[in-house]
Amino acid sequence: MTSGIRFDGVTVRYGDTTVLDALTLTVEPGEVMALLGPSGSGKTTALRTVAGFVTPSAGRVHIGDRDVTDLPPYKRGIGMVVQQYALFPHLRVDENVAFGLKARKHPRAEIPGRVAEALEMTGMGAYARRHPRELSGGQQQRVAIARALAIRPDVLLLDEPLSALDAQLRSGMLAELARLHRELPDVSILYVTHDQVEALTLADRISVMDRARLQDCGTPQELYRRPRTAFTASFVGNANLLPVRVGPDGVDLAGTALKVPVGDAAPGAAATLCVRPHLIGLGEGPNALRGRIAEVQWRGATHRLYVDVDGHRVKADVRELRDTPPLGSEVTLHFAPEDAVLLAAGVNDG
Amino acid sequence: MASAQATAPPVVTAVRPHRSRTVPAWVWALPPVAVLGLVFLYPLGLVVQESLAPGAYAEVLASASFRDALVTTVWLAVGATVGCLVLGFVLALIVAFVPFPGAKAVSRFIDVFLSFPSFLITLALLFVYGTVGMANGLWTGATGADAVSDGPFHFLTTPWGVLLAEITYFTPFVMRPLLAAFSQLDTAQLEVASSLGARPARIVRRVILPEVLPALAAGGSLVLVMCLNEFGIVLFTGAKGVTTLPMLVYSQAILESDYAAACVVAVVNVALSVGLYAVYRVVSRRAGA
Repeated sequence: MTSGIRFDGVTVRYGDTTVLDALTLTVEPGEVMALLGPSGSGKTTALRTVAGFVTPSAGRVHIGDRDVTDLPPYKRGIGMVVQQYALFPHLRVDENVAFGLKARKHPRAEIPGRVAEALEMTGMGAYARRHPRELSGGQQQRVAIARALAIRPDVLLLDEPLSALDAQLRSGMLAELARLHRELPDVSILYVTHDQVEALTLADRISVMDRARLQDCGTPQELYRRPRTAFTASFVGNANLLPVRVGPDGVDLAGTALKVPVGDAAPGAAATLCVRPHLIGLGEGPNALRGRIAEVQWRGATHRLYVDVDGHRVKADVRELRDTPPLGSEVTLHFAPEDAVLLAAGVNDG
Repeated sequence: MASAQATAPPVVTAVRPHRSRTVPAWVWALPPVAVLGLVFLYPLGLVVQESLAPGAYAEVLASASFRDALVTTVWLAVGATVGCLVLGFVLALIVAFVPFPGAKAVSRFIDVFLSFPSFLITLALLFVYGTVGMANGLWTGATGADAVSDGPFHFLTTPWGVLLAEITYFTPFVMRPLLAAFSQLDTAQLEVASSLGARPARIVRRVILPEVLPALAAGGSLVLVMCLNEFGIVLFTGAKGVTTLPMLVYSQAILESDYAAACVVAVVNVALSVGLYAVYRVVSRRAGA
């Protein structure tokens, strides 16, 4: 049996503050949906309405065919993993994993097998007799994941599951989560994160949230290559957003004519040009932008250049330079027409 | 780091000559030890010495009144402690986890309650359940009996009255450490437990209770020792029929001027308190608290 999640106009208000505004979204069975956004964007609130810890002021939440809006959390059949692991400190690892099975009155004889299976799946089989305090953060999070998987939920809620881990562990766990999802293709996963790398790596689709609203939803490639809003473009991949005016076969950036596909944008209309920093090259080329170096950051394999072009600051990530240009020196940047995306709304410099 | 290590040795050598001029540490221990000895250890020594009068122990330990008082004291203290633990745990759960208006006010009131004298509670119970109290008044008003004292509520002068008063008075002593422990609980644990399918009762039993056990033990042992030594409540309520060890000390010493017997009872009472406290320490250390 597989079941997805459906948000149907879900709104959460506390007094006059709306923390989630009419969210309508479907997570397909077996899909990994990332809710990506800055803190206070409503993504965790959305997850908590699925878990049952927040009651919507309006709208309905469905898991599969069931309307769970008014069900208490313990009747929803959900696996949940939170940032701080939340293991039960007085129980051993195996007892932690068995907790959900016992709570659901699972046949006693089957529990040890299910516990062992869940611990094997997360690579924690050897630690069954330990207490949580004897484990590292990464190990504790594996146990928390095993505990959530042991009840074989249709829906898995992951609330910033890797945020408490250091960078190296995080990338390892990211690969683990991807493998687990391949092994459990029927489980729908709602993955709340503020980290775009986690979302891009793991998710089948990403929902970008900001200020209590769903801003954009699509596959990682769509959102990255063809963002529909300026917020998505800047939050996912930190794109350059330049205010331009649409011309006959390109756009005009403060007097510089640039050749980019304009689609059906009306000539003369204000628009936002979106170009990813790593798609901008240093030197002459098509769509040349002349400006002065305002700042240079060395990032190991790349240099990040901040260049002031006609009063707009443009970010460019170029391969590590042998000789970094001095601050204030004049440089030329360029980008291929097909690497730019024209967004409808006009914005100020991002 | 390296510079800190390099500068460390001179600091140590600088302290040494200075140290010889300072007063030795044991001198500072003298005043508190002297005060402790004067106001606590010396009187205690006198009590023990008095109790060692020839034949005093044999006489007291053999007397029925002593054995009755000992049994009454222990069962009242144990009963009141169990009652306080159960009631205190339930009430603290409600105050901490059931959202109701005024929960904070209730929590603050508990702090105030701890400062009340014990006889105040007893006095209040007398007004309600006493022989001529409100409950009996209502009863006689409803049934038309002749005198208020004919009402059905006469339990306050029995051990049950003492038990009720002690539970009423000492329950907040269990609640205070419990509420502190509840506020330290990770709410994410409770949420995860509930998402795993645990109903509230199971969460209380399997998650909350084990984690606050040390606080419960601390509150319980405090109440046990305080109940063993409680005097005011017993004097106010059970005066007629209930005799505990502290009451026995009082009646032997003040009413019968039998100081030797009073001191024997007092020593037994002290031994009982200290013994139970020691048991608690051993048990709580085994439990890893």
